[in-house]
Amino acid sequence: MSGANRISGWGRLTPAKTARFTFDGKSYTALEGDTVASALLANGVHLLGRSFKYHRPRGILTAGPEEPNALLDVSRDAARRQPNVRATVQEVFDGMVTSSQNRWPSLALDIGAVNDLMSPFFAAGFYYKTFMWPKKAWEKVYEPFIRKAAGLGEAPKEEDPDHYAGRYAHTDVLVVGAGVAGLSAALAAAKSGAKVMLVDEQPEVGGALHYDTGVKINGKDGFTWAQETAAELKAMDNVTVLSRTTAFGYYNHNMIALCERVTDHKAKPGKNEPRERLWQVRAKRVILATGQIERHMVFENNDRPGVMLASAGRTFLNHFGVAVGQKVGIYTAHDSAYEAAFDLKRAGISVPAIVDSREKPGEAVLAQARAMGIEVLTGHAVLTVGGKLRVNSMTVGRHAGSATRKIAIDALLVSAGWTPSVHLFSQSRGKLRWDAETQRFLPGTYAQDSLSVGACNGTDDLQATIEEALAAGELMAKAAGAEGNGKIEITGEAPFSWTGGMIGAAEGAGPDTTVKAFIDFQHDVCAKDIRLAVREGMQSIEHIKRFTTNGMASDQGKLSNMHGLAIAAEMLGKDIPQVGLTTFRQPYTPVTFGTIINHSRGDLFDPARKTPIHPWAVAKGAEFEDVGNWKRAWYYAKPGEDMHAAVARECKTVRDVAGIFDASTLGKIEVVGPDAAKFLNLMYTNAWDTLKPGKCRYGIMTREDGFIYDDGVVGRMAEDRFHVTTTTGGAPRVLQHMEDYLQTEFPDLKVWLTSTTEQWAVIAVQGPKAREIIAPLVEGIDISNEAFPHMSVAEGKICGVPTRLFRMSFTGELGFEINVPADYGQAVWEAVWARAEPMGACPYGTETMHVLRAEKGYIIVGQDTDGTVTPDDASLNWAVSKKKPDFVGIRGLKRPDLVAPGRKQLVGLLTKDPNGVLEEGAQVVADPNEPKPMTMLGHVTSSYWSSNCGRSIAMALIADGKNRNGKTLYVPMADRTIAVEVVTDMVFFDKEGGRLNV
Amino acid sequence: MRKYSVFAVVREAMRGHKGWEAQWASPEPRKEYDAIIIGGGGHGLGAAYYLAKEHGITNVAVLEKGWIGGGNTGRNTTIIRSNYLYEESMHIYEHSLKLWENLSQDLNYNVMYSPRGVMMLSHNVHDQQSFKRHINANRLYGIDNEWLTPEQAKAYCPPLDISKTARYPINGAALQRRGGTARHDAVAWGYARAASDRGVHIIQNCEVTAIRRGPDGRVVGVETSKGFIGAKKIGVSAAGHTSVVMQTADVRVPLQSQPLQALVSEPLKPIFPCVVMSNSVHAYISQSDKGEFVIGAGTDQYNSYSQTGGMQIITHTLDAICELFPMFRRVKMMRQWGGIVDVTVDRSPIQGITPVPGLFINAGWGTGGFKATPGSAHLFAHLIAKGEPHKFAAGLTLDRFRTGRLIDEAAAAAVAH
Ligand SMILES: Cc1cc2nc3c(=O)[nH]c(=O)nc-3n(C[C@H](O)[C@H](O)[C@H](O)COP(=O)(O)OP(=O)(O)OC[C@H]3O[C@@H](n4cnc5c(N)ncnc54)[C@H](O)[C@@H]3O)c2cc1C
Repeated sequence: MSGANRISGWGRLTPAKTARFTFDGKSYTALEGDTVASALLANGVHLLGRSFKYHRPRGILTAGPEEPNALLDVSRDAARRQPNVRATVQEVFDGMVTSSQNRWPSLALDIGAVNDLMSPFFAAGFYYKTFMWPKKAWEKVYEPFIRKAAGLGEAPKEEDPDHYAGRYAHTDVLVVGAGVAGLSAALAAAKSGAKVMLVDEQPEVGGALHYDTGVKINGKDGFTWAQETAAELKAMDNVTVLSRTTAFGYYNHNMIALCERVTDHKAKPGKNEPRERLWQVRAKRVILATGQIERHMVFENNDRPGVMLASAGRTFLNHFGVAVGQKVGIYTAHDSAYEAAFDLKRAGISVPAIVDSREKPGEAVLAQARAMGIEVLTGHAVLTVGGKLRVNSMTVGRHAGSATRKIAIDALLVSAGWTPSVHLFSQSRGKLRWDAETQRFLPGTYAQDSLSVGACNGTDDLQATIEEALAAGELMAKAAGAEGNGKIEITGEAPFSWTGGMIGAAEGAGPDTTVKAFIDFQHDVCAKDIRLAVREGMQSIEHIKRFTTNGMASDQGKLSNMHGLAIAAEMLGKDIPQVGLTTFRQPYTPVTFGTIINHSRGDLFDPARKTPIHPWAVAKGAEFEDVGNWKRAWYYAKPGEDMHAAVARECKTVRDVAGIFDASTLGKIEVVGPDAAKFLNLMYTNAWDTLKPGKCRYGIMTREDGFIYDDGVVGRMAEDRFHVTTTTGGAPRVLQHMEDYLQTEFPDLKVWLTSTTEQWAVIAVQGPKAREIIAPLVEGIDISNEAFPHMSVAEGKICGVPTRLFRMSFTGELGFEINVPADYGQAVWEAVWARAEPMGACPYGTETMHVLRAEKGYIIVGQDTDGTVTPDDASLNWAVSKKKPDFVGIRGLKRPDLVAPGRKQLVGLLTKDPNGVLEEGAQVVADPNEPKPMTMLGHVTSSYWSSNCGRSIAMALIADGKNRNGKTLYVPMADRTIAVEVVTDMVFFDKEGGRLNV
Repeated sequence: MRKYSVFAVVREAMRGHKGWEAQWASPEPRKEYDAIIIGGGGHGLGAAYYLAKEHGITNVAVLEKGWIGGGNTGRNTTIIRSNYLYEESMHIYEHSLKLWENLSQDLNYNVMYSPRGVMMLSHNVHDQQSFKRHINANRLYGIDNEWLTPEQAKAYCPPLDISKTARYPINGAALQRRGGTARHDAVAWGYARAASDRGVHIIQNCEVTAIRRGPDGRVVGVETSKGFIGAKKIGVSAAGHTSVVMQTADVRVPLQSQPLQALVSEPLKPIFPCVVMSNSVHAYISQSDKGEFVIGAGTDQYNSYSQTGGMQIITHTLDAICELFPMFRRVKMMRQWGGIVDVTVDRSPIQGITPVPGLFINAGWGTGGFKATPGSAHLFAHLIAKGEPHKFAAGLTLDRFRTGRLIDEAAAAAVAH
């Protein structure tokens, strides 16, 4: 038997299909289709957890996603452990392990429960008023203590082995919620021919029909009709029905995010099945049919295990076949709870009394109750309940202080009425309106293309709901462009029409300031806390919420918000809408990070970019560094070499013989068109119309602010065609910057921009033997110094494949950069290497490249500049055309501060001790003895040991640097101060530049 | 003002907390004030407090269009640090950090300043160069900021993944131990209570619709949803809405207003001891005293006044967090929200005089002004009282955008929180 409280013949689960699971180490049997909550209740377990602040014993309050109390730790195995799972949502699978949270040493005997006794000291906001003395104690004593006490479940500690999926979808009509309203709307839209998606968070469609068994639709049992309708919809080509799928976020432009739970209910998930799937649905029209959520009654000790929403009691009985007790009391302010009493009674369970806070309940339900012999106490309240780990009595009276009667019970079903689920509507930025007559917030002004239907729209009558939904389905389908005829008729009958409802504190909440009548269960917020907040001057509902933390727990106030608001309004003597409602925020229910990111992990999160030569470098044992998204070969250490030794050797080899370097990561943009030169004239500080085809030139790009943005060599391939190179990290933003200007500022120019970064592999061959190495491989280009001098470019062939060959150098040596189509990159590299190796050349990495260029005083944008450096600051004024009437940055460069004296300027630094290498990022001062805060003149941007110079070299941005040639400055480090000499000439090697032109 | 103390809490506990008084008064506005501050965020409320406390100017009103602290003050991820790069920044953020250290005692309100350490992850050589630059500059200024090896970083923050195979391997970190967090609401409420106690009027639900100027160009007061209110001096501290307010005085300011989003997870038992930020992957995370992971994103890349941002920004942020902390993939997002931040081109704030006599501006704090709240408020009060900036704020003028004397913290940090 799957639990002593399972009533045979009741509910919709199949008794033959069972599953075993454990709760706090004890094993239980469930039926297939059970939630953890229904299975535990079937086994008579009501105590499931402890509350956040007071550690009060807590049970199951609801049967749905609004559950604030019954949060469990659920695991499949050690790495697949999930904290804070709502027992009312999680379906049982065979082998599942569950345990309670936030208790020590055990659930029944929890030491933390002393907090409940101490609670007078822990009133809302008490922590703002104390813990301030002594000063250090907050950080050292109080805060660690509070932190320990907070939190519910334990964070996962192992990497999640599950995978998650993501899909984008477009649809004509998205219907959220598959109760009567959602199903009807979806059917009408689908029959109209629209593409429809219908989603519901529960395993089965039906919504309220799960418990509302009196309802007949088209003459059938409501739940049966719902399943048949879903089957009909699923059979249609234009319809997608997703169950176990929560629409959790309504974003701009009708983008709805859904979370589909694919395997969490399965004992053995399929091997390739994701755990959950994120859907991002762009819908032409949205129909919200999200129903309503029952509110609890607010009275003393209303949080005792066994106190439950009436609709939850009905769900457990009518759907799961579980009796929540044998003597079940009812406490209500709304007719709907009477039906719970009727259902229980019919199932043979005793209902000692219906306590109704109203003098005049609906006549029909009252008559029925009497007819069934159930005692109804109108105008009465449950003032408190007895029992700690499970409710055992209710004390009933007209009001506090009046004669009371104690009635033995073992469960209490409560209802204060219903709150329409306007969460998604509100997330869509729609404006709610207050309906004074029915005391509820309803959709008012829509902000997006959506409609609310049924209970979430305040429509109570069943037939009215159906008709509203059918009309909405048809209307939205038409609006989305469907042309079919969606006219259908559906008739529904409900046994009773409901009235009633109350918001705020009931009699039993007392005016007393010590009574614990809970509003927000998970955060232990009571009616008295709201009152306290108001006494302390909090008038806005947002302040009250933050002060008390009402509605900020993981259920996001689904049960508590309206109660809190009503109590605040009463205290303030204002109407509810004057006090205002807090904003509903995404997500509707918590969503796993893994689902949100789904495939975006590791290489799919951010693919590492690799050049065609990468595998060769790996094989040669290169170390790599990350530059932007690229993996770049950093240095090639030989056995026994450390980085320092490897770099020193590479640097020397390049200058003595030659080296080959993978420059493929440089950004490349093909700038083509009759106005290409004109465009580049505007984008770079240099003049390009003077550049002849077949030549290349170093260019500097500034933004409108006049600061250096990027640099690179640009080759003119033809009158109307330029091969532009950018820094490795700058490639995407430079292209974007160019496009931006082309489209917004210079749209009249005939220019096309194409990124070719990945189309070309680039092999730099640098050093005295560079020409000798490549000469036999090159066809169709005379590469002699005379025919092909420094800063030339030509097209031809190398190793039989097309090349753009540049004669250029970032090392100060004779150099070539061979561009070949990327697919040939590795083959050409290997051919070059085959010639280079016997001559004693070496491959070199980015570190050697950095040292060699620093020896020549060439800057690296982003290292020696930082977005505050002008071309003049970097001694690159020669690259700024004085003749051009305009370029981006020309006005910025004229601003007073950019031409003021004393700016930070790039200079060389030589340490007095030639062996000392400065730290990059070290600060430079004039007076090393100045007390802190010291006056900093600037910082070291580049610093290396130079084996070619036989000493260390450095570059630095120094205030008024150009006027400090030969001056001594100081670099104060934590443990010593280093004296340095400023040299304005940053060329440390081959000052005449003769090596370039051989 | 009745003092808060352990004894007060005990006394009130004994009598059902009936004796607590309103934390701040809610008076009707006067016809005229000596000074009006537009915007009841931490900066505005704090400025009013310091005007009263340090400059004896108590005939002051703070006008707030909604509820105090409801702007970015109540929406931010509360990271506090002072290890900025430039002297102008170090002045103000360190001044602020020093005030944080005593703020609870000064206000008699526990703002829960928690110096649990702010750690910035370095993922590559470029990060390392940049962090070393900060560390050296901070040391010479007198601000704590230290370089950690990956192992030291992991010891300080055990959930860190320092494996070499990570997509963004960690090659070190910069740690400011005095950095940390504070409780945002408490900052707004604590300042409001202390200011109100000194006679400042805090007027909520009072939107300023226009700044009025006299024939001589000087300010004379403001039009509000509660009518005209006169003032000789007006300080604007309206964060994301600064340009809108300033425009009514015919002043255009170089600010972009953009959504900035954040999210929290469900509450979990403490596992994350400090604040961790990564500029390379655009994300930062800490764990609140309630147990929620507090996670922040970069700004949405378009201008907007709607406090919802795009889902893709949140998604990207979580991508990054899960990449750094793969064990958090099963953690659940509980709530997400956005605020409108006012961003300058150099990511540094504006505080100073304006072309309009009597009108002062405090803005441009963008994505990182919570940490500056006490310092900024303190210096803004000085500015309003004396008519000229304190030396610590002298570099933050509006004029710098004309002269080009920018304080480019953006150049050094992509996410400037
Ligand atoms: C998601 C997010 C995360 C952040 N994270 C951090 C962080 O970790 N660390 C950090 O240091 N900073 C952070 N920030 C930035 C920080 O929140 C702000 O810089 C700071 O709070 C600004 O304070 P404020 O008082 O100037 O602005 P606000 O608190 O926004 O106050 C301005 C007030 O002006 C009011 N107002 C506007 N117009 C009018 C009008 N016409 N009339 C009357 N009142 C008006 C507004 O309602 C608002 O209350 C973050 C911001 C966001 C949005």
